[in-house]
This record gives sequence, C-alpha cells and structure tokens, in this order.
Amino acid sequence: MDDLIADFVSECRDMLENLGGEIVAWEAQPGDRARLDSIFRFVHTVKGNCGFFDFPRLEALSHAAEDSLADVRAGRRQPDPRLVSAVLAVIDRIGELVEVIAAGEPLPQGDDTDLIEALKPGSEAPAAPAPVPASPVSAAFGAAAPRTIRLSVDLLDRMMSGVSDLVLARNELARRLRDQGADVTVDSAFERLSGIIAEMRDAITRTRMQRIESLFVGLPRMVRDLSAELGRQVLVDIDGGDVELDREMIEMIRDPLTHIVRNAVDHGIELPADRLKAGKREIGLLSVSARQSGNQILIDIVDDGRGIDGRRLVEKALAAGIIDGSDAARLSAKDQLQLIFEAGLSTASAVTNVSGRGVGMDVVRSNVERIGGVVEVESRSGHGTRMTLRVPLTLTIIPALTVSIGAQHFAMPRAAIEEIVRAGGDSVQLSRLGGAGVVTIRGRRVPEIVLAEVLGLDSPLEHADRTLIVLKPAGGDVYALAVDRVHDHEELVVKPAAPAVMATGLYAGTTLADDGSPILLFDPAGLARVGGVKVEAQERSVRLLEEAAAAVKQESTPVLLFRDMAGARRAIRLGVVDRIEEVPGTAVSMGAGRLRVQLGEAILPVTGLSAAPEPHEKVRLFRLSDGETQLGLAFREVIDLDAIAGDLVPADCPGPVEGVTLIAGEPAELVDAHWLFAAEAGLRPTGDRPPVCRLDERDPWVRNMLRPIVEGAGYRVVGLEAEERADLMIARGSETTDLDAAPKEDGRVLWLSQSPDTPANENRIYRYDRAGLLVALRDAAAAGGAAR
Amino acid sequence: MNELLLVVRIAGQRVAIPAVRVESVVELDTLIPVPRAANHIAGLSALRSRVLTVVCCRRSLMLSWKDRTGEVLEAAVTELDGHHYALIVDGVEDVLEALSDPTPVRAAMGEGWERVSTGMVETEEGALLMVDVAALIAGPEATRIAA
Repeated sequence: MDDLIADFVSECRDMLENLGGEIVAWEAQPGDRARLDSIFRFVHTVKGNCGFFDFPRLEALSHAAEDSLADVRAGRRQPDPRLVSAVLAVIDRIGELVEVIAAGEPLPQGDDTDLIEALKPGSEAPAAPAPVPASPVSAAFGAAAPRTIRLSVDLLDRMMSGVSDLVLARNELARRLRDQGADVTVDSAFERLSGIIAEMRDAITRTRMQRIESLFVGLPRMVRDLSAELGRQVLVDIDGGDVELDREMIEMIRDPLTHIVRNAVDHGIELPADRLKAGKREIGLLSVSARQSGNQILIDIVDDGRGIDGRRLVEKALAAGIIDGSDAARLSAKDQLQLIFEAGLSTASAVTNVSGRGVGMDVVRSNVERIGGVVEVESRSGHGTRMTLRVPLTLTIIPALTVSIGAQHFAMPRAAIEEIVRAGGDSVQLSRLGGAGVVTIRGRRVPEIVLAEVLGLDSPLEHADRTLIVLKPAGGDVYALAVDRVHDHEELVVKPAAPAVMATGLYAGTTLADDGSPILLFDPAGLARVGGVKVEAQERSVRLLEEAAAAVKQESTPVLLFRDMAGARRAIRLGVVDRIEEVPGTAVSMGAGRLRVQLGEAILPVTGLSAAPEPHEKVRLFRLSDGETQLGLAFREVIDLDAIAGDLVPADCPGPVEGVTLIAGEPAELVDAHWLFAAEAGLRPTGDRPPVCRLDERDPWVRNMLRPIVEGAGYRVVGLEAEERADLMIARGSETTDLDAAPKEDGRVLWLSQSPDTPANENRIYRYDRAGLLVALRDAAAAGGAAR
Repeated sequence: MNELLLVVRIAGQRVAIPAVRVESVVELDTLIPVPRAANHIAGLSALRSRVLTVVCCRRSLMLSWKDRTGEVLEAAVTELDGHHYALIVDGVEDVLEALSDPTPVRAAMGEGWERVSTGMVETEEGALLMVDVAALIAGPEATRIAA
C-alpha cells in the first residue's frame, strides 16, 4: 500500500509541476481549450485515485473542481476570472494535501467548503487560498520530499542491456590482456574499470528490482471476490511482501501466481459445510508467502483444503490417454501429483467459470520454466496443498561453470552443482548396470549421464579421463554428468534461446563467452530428462520395496549385513536386533555351561564366539531380542544396512543360518534368529509334554523353512504317517491336497497358502506370514495343553 | 508504394522475402552447433553481442545440404517473437519492388516449397516465389507436429 501511495504522490507532483505553467497560461486566456483539458485531467486523476485511497477531503475538492470544469468544457458555463482563481485555489490545496500525505502524516481535519463554494456559479465568496491548518507544509516541501524521478521501464531495460554488453566487452578485454601479458599499470587500471562496471551492474540491477508486494497486493481482493462467488470462506495470509525481485520477473509470475491462487480457492478449499464435516474450521486458510533463498525467490501458496487426490488424477490421466495402464501402476504419490502439470487434465468434476477447463497448470509450469523457475507441488489428501514457485532473482545474470565436449563449450548453472570429481579418482567407482552408468562417489550411488552421448558429440577422451559434475537440479534428484573438461567459473549474461533451441529440452538459454562466441547454457533438470535419468529414481526404488513388502514379505526385510567372528559374510534381520553393544573381553565368560556376557545388570547367553575372548579384547555384540528374552550375538564388524532382495536358498538342515541370499550383489548367510533363540537360549516352553505338530516332511520347504520355526516354538515334529495324535497339523496348498495318510483326530489343521493374495482366515495364512504362524502355533499349543 | 522484396537464392532458386522482415544481411563467421536441436537449426552465431539462431533454409525445405563449414555463409537476419534468426541462403541478389499482391501458385512445387511459400509476386524481373520467414524458421518438423 505504501508503494501505491508513493506512486500516487509522485504522480501528483509530476502533474502539478507540469500544470504550473498551464495554470498561469489559463488564467491569462480562460478560453484556451488545451489548458482547460490538462487541468481537467489532473483533477480527474486525483479524484479517481482518492476514491481508491480513501482521502475524502481530496476527493471532495477534486470532485467539485471536476464538476465545474466539466461544465465549462461542455459549454454550459463561461470561464471567468473568479472561476479560474477558485480552481487555482483548489489545485493549490490539493498540492498542499499531497505533500502532507507524502510526509506520511495523517491528513489534517480541515474545512474546504469555502473553496468548493467558490467554485459554484454566481458565487461571491472570494477564493482566498487558506493555508492548511496545523501542518508545517512549507517545511515538508523541501526537506521530506524524497528525491525521486520517474523513468520509463524501456529506458531501464536499455541501460540494463547496455551494462550487459559492457560486461561482455570487459570480459573480452580481460582475455586480451591475459593473452598479451599487459604490464602492471594497465592491469591495475583494468581492475579499477572492472570494479566500477561490477558496481554499476549491481546498481542497475537494483533499479529494476521491485517489491513483490505489488504482486501480492491484489490477491486479497481477488480471493474475496472469488470466494464470495463460489460460496467459500477464505482467510488470506500474506507474508514476505518486502522481498525484492526483478520487475520483469514480477510480471512473468503474475499470471502463474494468480492461477494457482484461483485454483486453491476453487479446487482446494471446500465449502464451509464440507469443512465442518471434515473437522476443520469453516474458514479456509490460504497463505501466500515469499522468501529469498540464495539466488532464488520461493513463493509458497499453501491452502488447508481438500488436497489433491493422486488416484483421481491417475484415473483422469488414463481416461485422457496421457498415460497408459502400466505407467499408472508405477507412479509414486509424487509422480501422481506431477500429473496436474499435464496438458488437458483437470480435477474439477464440473467446469466452473473460475477454473476446471483443463488449461492451466501445464501453462503455469511452462511459463515458470521459461523464466528458469520450477513449480513444485506437495499435497496430502484431506489436509491441503502446497504449491511452491521457485524463480531466479533476476533473469539476466547467472553464475555458471563452463565445460566442454571436444572443442565445443557449454555452460552449466552453478546453483545446481553439488561437487566436481574426477572420473578416475580414488573415491569414484564407475559401473554399468544394464547399459546405464552408475557412479559411486564415496558410497553414494548416483545415476550417470555421459554428456557426449546425450548430445551425440564426438569426444576424444576415455571415460575414466572425464570429469564428473554432480548435479542436483531444483526439485529433482542428484545425478552425475560426465564432461570432457571443466573450465572457468563465469558470470554469464543469459538470454532466452529461440524456441527451436528450447525445444530440445536441454538448454536454459544462450550467452556470449569472453571471446564473443555464443555458448549454450544447460538446464540441469532437462539434461536429466533427456539423458533418461529418472528424476525420482531413488524414491521409486524405495517405494518398489514397500510394494514388494506387501506382496512378499521376505523380499523386503531390512537386514544388517555383518562379518561374524570367523569372517563370514552374514546378515541378520534388523527387527530382532535391539542394539549394538561393545563390551570388554572380561565381560564375556563361561558360566553355567555356556558363554555368557554381562551387559549392565543383565547376563545374557552369547553366541557367535567359539571361546571366551582375551580379557583385553573388545567384543562387539548384537543384542537380540524376541520381545521377552535377550541374547548376544558376537560379530567382527557391521558392513551395511541393506535389504534382502533375492530369493533365499534355504539351508539344508536347521542351524544358526536360515539360508543364503544375495544382499548388495553378493551372497550372504542369513542368520536364523529363531533358531538362535530356540536352540541357544533353551527357551522351549516347559510342560509335561511338548505339543506335537504334524508336518509333511517330504516337502523341502517344510523341512527347511517351516520345521525350524515350528520346533523353535517348542513343538515336537512328527511326520504324516506317525500314529500319534498331533495338536496341530500344518499343510501347504489347498484343502484338496491328498492328506489321507494322516490320522484325522488331529487338533487343528492350518493351511499355508502359496500366494499372499489368498484371503487369510484363522485356518489359512500366507506361508511367509511369520507373525501369523507364530500366533497359530502358540494358540494350538495352548489349546493342546488345555485338552490334555 | 509497393512492398519491397529482398531477392535471395535458396537451393539455386530465386525467391523473395518481404524486405521489412529483414533487419540486415550478414556474413556469418562463427557457427556453434546446437546438439539435439532440429535438423534445420544450423547453430548459433553472434552479432553485436546478440545471439543469432542460425537456420539453414535448405534443410528447412528438406533439400540436401552440403557441409560448408569454414566457408563464409551469407545470411539474412530477421526477428521473430523477440528472437533473432539468421537465415542461411546461397546468396543475396537484389531488392525489388513487388508489382502485384501474392497470388497462389497452381503448379506443383516440392513439399518443402509448398510449406513455406505464401504465393507468387510479379516483379520487374518476372514472377518470384514469396517465402514466409516464420515457416522457414519453424522448419519441417514443427509443421508436421502441428498438422
């Protein structure tokens, strides 16, 4: 608001200054139509603005003067000297009041009726210019008036491009001086020139800066009108209006911002009744905030509405033919949200006159991307949506790194660069997976793009001689880009490239190098896209694991990969490891027939050690827990935290190792914690007689996988042909399986289904549902015990 | 006054470009290729600290193009939607006055010519084919996508 008032004041001052001469001329020649018109325009403008700013005194004055002048213009009244001086008095008064406003003081209460009366036809009152009471206006005139001038934006733009050219010329001169090895005096003069140019560029850049408030100031009104129209109640919270941004950028983000805000009100915030039903306050909250982060401006538009339903977006996209069924199944929640940026997709079920015509977010994104910005969306269904616009501070100057492939140079925005490493360096491992490059840099695995391949350029270098630039595009994931050479850091004056060049999706713009030849500036996100790197690859793989977890439990189990005391590579399910302990060798000793470790107050049986360690040795232990009992498992070192990805090759006979599986690409023995607890800790349920379980021991899976668990639960296992009654029989497959050989008087039959999709019930569970299995075993043992 | 036409040779043919669309005629010395850009985008060049996107007219017409790297390339500079383009031509011949409005060409032309021509104009030196600068810049692929 202050900005707008300042604008108004400076506009009034300009007009008053120009009018100065006109008024005198009009006084001499009241019939002069041109003078009359310009005075009329002035009072008209003042009147218009006053209505907006709520300055009733100014409005009344200007209104009265406008009326009289309109009469004169329409020929209903002849200008006479009295009218002229009345009008002049009004204009003077307006000038005085404007200065009061400019000084930031409240408008003095005063009476202007004398002046207004004097304007009326036939008025006799002498229009004596009365001073504005109680205000040291004359003092304010000179001192408080900020020294500002108004410039056309064109002129600023010309200055800016002039300075840009100046920077280019300086760069070229710098190169020439370097080549020629100029003497020190020239160098120091050049340094000075360089400094001045940099300072000037800063100053000019700042002249183009504008507070983002000018963008925000219209929003509350827009939201108010919109919510009234749509029957919503919306509270707008605006923050960060003092953030400054290149005025060109402000214009570029005006439409996208407006669109997002409209969407938030229309699609995001629910009707008051629906909000109450959802347990929210009736009034929706929409907050718009701006902040500066490095050389970017972030504008957040957050609503607490219904959020975006990713599944519905997918359905829409399927219906619109934007994606096909197989794509749809693979989309992560984040991918699903990204669909709102596809052309021709709208979640509004009905087209309103506000939004929902399916044009919009795609346009928003392309507009923002055109200025080097990014739109991000986050949403929780039912809780609201956050849209973030990330735009560069200024369009024109970008710090960049120049790189080359063969003889051709390119530029890469420095903001996206995380680090630069040599492909042949010690900390870097290059590998290829299914034809795709993967780089491991100090343990971090990132996809690799070879720039020469993406661009189809010939490169004279071997792969290992290249340099890797680790890039993190805004809103995307990290990847490494292999380039031939990395040259200089430069501040480049970037200009938008022609549409045909932008169509490649690789470039963000063009610029001129020191020597005046053009250079293409890369768009890191575009490179990743074109290079085929899945921007959300990491997230997706994690999600695949989660999905697999729902399907096949064994495939997702997180495990700790470790080396045991004998050096074997083993893994243990993370879930059974309570914590890792390190104890002195003296804490481990033979006691009551076995090795035990003292951990604080507790003495736990320990396994994994062949003999008591030397007293000075340190022993590291996994403290395993099954919820009640604990035991220690000694190990040499932890290798990594990983997940079982491949199939488990079961061990031939029950033992401390459940089987062998591939973990992180190498075989590892999976520790059978069950067996450890069962066998090592002697935790079998005590009773007169252990419960009996009947199993088909011909089946290797049953023998190797199931039997250890059943035995671990304290059962005695009998075969199908055994005569005695079993408390529980566990069988695989369907009921039709031929089990006639078994006696029928068994207590309970538990079926294990092959597929996790088979509906589970009390008599049927999925075969890897370990928890379910254990519950069934416990229940059957209890039932069997009660029966006896 | 009648419209002025810049007469240029493209692929051996004399064609006319509206002179108002042409800012200048330059000789390009540097040409920086734009990897992965459309075929008819020959590269980038610089003119007085402005970047020119260089369009090869022959390729835009889907005609053969022999590599002329190292030679001096003559080009007409034009502006479209705020971007500056240099259209590589075989040569610039003359400026003529149009003696008629463009009229449709009824003879069968090549596909490329068909796409870029806006008609035929009479001049002192006979009928000339008028070409549309924007269509030349858009190139064959863009038109196909739009169709």
